[in-house]
Amino acid sequence: MVMYRKYLWVIVVLIAGVSACNKEITAEYESFRGFVQPSNFPQPFYRFGNNAVTKERFELGRKLFYDPLLSSNNTISCGSCHIQTSAFTHHGHAVSHGIFDRMGTRNSPPIMNLAWSTSLMWDGGIVDLDLQPIAPITNHVEMDDSMPNVLNKLRNSSAYPALFQKAYGSPEITSTGFLKALSQFMLMCVSSNSKYDSVMRNQALFTAEEQEGYQLFRQKCNTCHTEPLFTDHSFRNNGLPPSMVDDPGRYLVTQKPEDRYKFKVPSLRNLSFTAPYMHDGRLFTLDAVFDHYTTQVQHTPNLDPLFLVNAQPGLAISAAESQKLIAFLKTLNDRSFLLDKLLSEQ
Amino acid sequence: MKRILIIGITTAAIFSSCKKDDTPEYNPNVKADLSVEFDNVAGAADLQMNTATYNNAAGESFKVTKLKYYVSNFVFTNSNGTTYTVPQKDSYFLIDESDPAAREAELQVPEGEYKSVSFIVGVDSLRNTMDVSQRTGVLDVAGTASDMYWGWNSGYIFFKLEGTSAASMMGGVFQYHIGGFGGYSSSTANNIRKITLDLTARGVAKVKSGKSTNIHLMVDILKALNGTTNMSFATLPMVHSIAPGTPVANNYVSMFTHEHTEN
Repeated sequence: MVMYRKYLWVIVVLIAGVSACNKEITAEYESFRGFVQPSNFPQPFYRFGNNAVTKERFELGRKLFYDPLLSSNNTISCGSCHIQTSAFTHHGHAVSHGIFDRMGTRNSPPIMNLAWSTSLMWDGGIVDLDLQPIAPITNHVEMDDSMPNVLNKLRNSSAYPALFQKAYGSPEITSTGFLKALSQFMLMCVSSNSKYDSVMRNQALFTAEEQEGYQLFRQKCNTCHTEPLFTDHSFRNNGLPPSMVDDPGRYLVTQKPEDRYKFKVPSLRNLSFTAPYMHDGRLFTLDAVFDHYTTQVQHTPNLDPLFLVNAQPGLAISAAESQKLIAFLKTLNDRSFLLDKLLSEQ
Repeated sequence: MKRILIIGITTAAIFSSCKKDDTPEYNPNVKADLSVEFDNVAGAADLQMNTATYNNAAGESFKVTKLKYYVSNFVFTNSNGTTYTVPQKDSYFLIDESDPAAREAELQVPEGEYKSVSFIVGVDSLRNTMDVSQRTGVLDVAGTASDMYWGWNSGYIFFKLEGTSAASMMGGVFQYHIGGFGGYSSSTANNIRKITLDLTARGVAKVKSGKSTNIHLMVDILKALNGTTNMSFATLPMVHSIAPGTPVANNYVSMFTHEHTEN
């Protein structure tokens, strides 16, 4: 009985703890703070003046993001290939399978810190976040629907006219209301609470190994993967051998020969959760990525000159340096982003 | 003397009344209806979609299954030399051969006599980069424009000509989609084309309230295929991006002619 009583205490304490947690989450949820600018980030690129974030519009956007109604046979949602627990990528998929399991040719990029993105997609074909959802909705291998049809489905649904009314003061479902609500959800997907961010805000310290990795990072990686977003938003050819698909990247958009094989420099934030890597997800591990940059870089047309400073194309990084760099790179992981209930399907 | 005076007065009266009849009094502060009709033809015949067979300069026969194009940014030059630019928000029209209600640009311009009209084929770069809330009517990406918009490389498709031809190795189908406003951050080919047509030879537009004036244009779609570059469905059955569309855009600047004006 004494023993049982002890267990009982433990259970009571546990329940109390859990309910306290719930309360905290609810409290945070009740006081929706909108878009919050992280103190160590630059000014956003997105024009918030045209789309001020409100709780109702954000919630509408979140519902739309997780709604398979946006695909032609109502099976694929945005969240199908942008999974929160993988920092809104399609973990384990080199390229994503969309509707009817049709395969794409590029790796699903994270929906993360898009407020600072100067362009979207691996080739930068889209500049305005508000226009981004049109691409996957109408893509044959992704959601394979049409914008008019998606809006008609929403108009005929039982839930959406009331939600648009709540968000915009009118039950009318327009392309502007639809697209801007989706933007609000995506803009709120801010990852700025990694250990790196805490260190930058003087709230934590790197370990010795992380600090050494950080120094190496600044020497060898920061030109393209520029702090604090860990991308300079440019398009570069990093020397991957062309695959069977022979994806010409940025060339598809500009049709300039000097853009062939260039892809957008991806952010390195949350990299432990966003494998596989590269525009087509061909590299499954960080070790494979280091192996590429040190020994596998190919001198294809428009190879970035940064990879041509050594005798062999690529970067000079020793095995020991790789380990330090990886220690630093892991400080870019932000678990709170993966677990943020505000961003989850409700 | 008196008689001469009477004759003089009478003559003056006649002349002045004649003058009044010749030049109706236009009030430039009043706007009136003016429409520009886009009458799609193939050579000397009215365009018949799906049924009639045509030949291009490359000697390939084909049928047309779709013809759509944007015309926008209308500017009219008055006979007195001044110009009137239609406010941009009222200046976008999608001409669609399959829709009898979508073959005219219906405009409001100040009363006056106009000797020329200019417009662009396509959608200007400003509107192509505007906030989505400014893309309404024929520019609504979830409405009329859903079939005239590239989602993957943001921008409106200016001109769509589709059809069938045995010469095409792509299942006997050809699709010419022309777009490209010059690019956002990185420049791309610019396929916006400005058309200016003189109206003096075949009838100036006399715009006055209480009546509707119509400028009737002929649009010869064969000229989109034949011209500076003679397009061939065998060598190029599909145009779905910016740069390959430039030769077609260069051709179609010549496809518009002024037929007459209904005053």
